[in-house]
Amino acid sequence: MKATVLIRPKQGILDPQGEAVVEALQHLGFAVSGARVGRLVDIELDTEDAAEAQAALDRMSHELLANPLIESFAIQLEDGA
Amino acid sequence: MSDGPRIAVVTFPGSNDDGDAVLALELLGAEAVRVWHAETALPEGTAGVVLPGGFSYGDYLRCGAIARFAPVMEAVGTFAASGGPVLGICNGFQILCEAGLLPGVLRQNRQQQFVCADVTVTVESTTSAFAGTWEVGQELVIPIKHGEGNWYGDDALVAALEARGQVALRYLDDVNGSVGRIAGVTNEAGNVLGLMPHPEHAIEELLGPTGGVAVLEGLLGAARVPVVR
Repeated sequence: MKATVLIRPKQGILDPQGEAVVEALQHLGFAVSGARVGRLVDIELDTEDAAEAQAALDRMSHELLANPLIESFAIQLEDGA
Repeated sequence: MSDGPRIAVVTFPGSNDDGDAVLALELLGAEAVRVWHAETALPEGTAGVVLPGGFSYGDYLRCGAIARFAPVMEAVGTFAASGGPVLGICNGFQILCEAGLLPGVLRQNRQQQFVCADVTVTVESTTSAFAGTWEVGQELVIPIKHGEGNWYGDDALVAALEARGQVALRYLDDVNGSVGRIAGVTNEAGNVLGLMPHPEHAIEELLGPTGGVAVLEGLLGAARVPVVR
């Protein structure tokens, strides 16, 4: 089954990329005051068991995909099938 | 063959300062031994370990995030746990943080630019195994060259590190946004040191500043006894 993990810089953590994006958008004339840049990982798991997939995704997010000191993550399991 | 301590220099795919680290260590009298990341053990007689600079695994995901799972890292962790001195330089520092062997994490520079410059760092603490000849307040000029050297720890962590003398080196000027201008930290036991500046590039007058000598000699001083048998 398929899943997406969204990784974001935690609240209050400096995000230089986001700041650069805000400046660039303002240069283009958009009225924006904030942007945060994160990361998205689409994953195909070799299981059809939602609970098993959820547990695996949780572990892989903690161990590798996100650094809990500075990043938060959200897991989206694709329903489908 | 050198009589000096045997120092293992680990090469990950994408390391690029391993060669300079070997040269610098040998110039200072060590016996430098190259170790490939896929090895599962450190060479017999290893008394110190260097994780060099570079872009291990292309810096994919986060700097150091993938290298931390390299086969050799288990041996490095065991070596550190038994008190062996481990020095992480730049990418090596990032790997040690990701591996949990050092506190904090290195983020993208605040100025969004790669920075390459000779900088002055000051010795902040002499409690670690590396600080044999260091003096608090001593200034060392060493080059930096990184895009992700902006060290971060939350307020509680920084206060604890400062109180325990784990902040080893601090930039004289703010160069990348690092919290507390921290350039190098040690673990609580004082046998693992990570820093963003490159001591291996600062050991010969002919090539510029020589602030790296004190750091590498600190490693050699800490590496008097073989840990791996």
